[in-house]
Amino acid sequence: MMRRFRADLHLHTVLSPCADLAMSPDQLLATAKRKELDIIAITDHNSTLNCKVVREIAADFGIVVLNGCEVNSQEDVHALCLFEDDHTRDEFQKFIDSYLPQIPNKPDYYGYQPVVDRDNQIITEIPWYLGNGLPVSLEEIADFTHYLNGLFIPAHIDRPINSLFSQLGFLPKELKIDGMQLTRYADEKHIRKLYDIHSDISLIKASA
Amino acid sequence: MKVSEIIDQLGLKVISGEKGLDRGISGAYVSDLLSDVMGNAREGQIWITLQVHQNVMAIASLKDLAAVILVKDLQANENTIHHSDEEQIPILSTSLSTYEITGKLYALLNKQ
Repeated sequence: MMRRFRADLHLHTVLSPCADLAMSPDQLLATAKRKELDIIAITDHNSTLNCKVVREIAADFGIVVLNGCEVNSQEDVHALCLFEDDHTRDEFQKFIDSYLPQIPNKPDYYGYQPVVDRDNQIITEIPWYLGNGLPVSLEEIADFTHYLNGLFIPAHIDRPINSLFSQLGFLPKELKIDGMQLTRYADEKHIRKLYDIHSDISLIKASA
Repeated sequence: MKVSEIIDQLGLKVISGEKGLDRGISGAYVSDLLSDVMGNAREGQIWITLQVHQNVMAIASLKDLAAVILVKDLQANENTIHHSDEEQIPILSTSLSTYEITGKLYALLNKQ
């Protein structure tokens, strides 16, 4: 018999400027457990740095945690990049670090960007605003993700801003994707028709 | 007014699509959201943008635009240049910001 797994592959921790300070690793996992999720991915904006701590304590909750992040491209398109192991995650972090514009975060306006440990103590705060676009094309980000054996999934494609379709109008021919993500309340049939999305392309729903 | 005529007057560089320099200009549209341009730009307009992605030319062709002006000396992707030559829709470049070049183009087109 086929076993079904429930997954949410787009989740932010406290590290994301948009996320609440209450999105600590243990709170996040407790919520995932309550929602009966089997698999989650940690996808903070332009950073993988809180993946490690969530993975470390995930076993206590019986949840599989994937390494990931939500990258913002040169075109201001958001995409989920997911990595199987910690080595490829760290390689991808180096890629981000080499491109992230050094524009200081304004915590009062955007929120804090803390990397935390398992006791929710702040290890460091990322000084550069994580919401900015990297000066790299979406195709280059997809290619590097695939080079690291990762999955590349354009995020919230039904949103009017920061989505593949809002920024680029349609799916570029040369862009290799492993699926597309819809927001929670999107109507899959409607979106498929609206953007003429081929039936071969998997659509997933996620909370963020 | 033709595309070729605004090049000198605005100090633009021709990056690609030289064969389209005779296209007539009906006006201009300014946006960096390609979905917005797809929905709202009209035939014969000049499109001013900072997007350098190859989809820019696909949309310029779909809407039959006169030319694309890239601002702030941004470099078009290789594929974008290729499509510009193929579709014969020029890509023009300026060192000015969107605000500055739009103001100059507006004044020029409204002088006629």
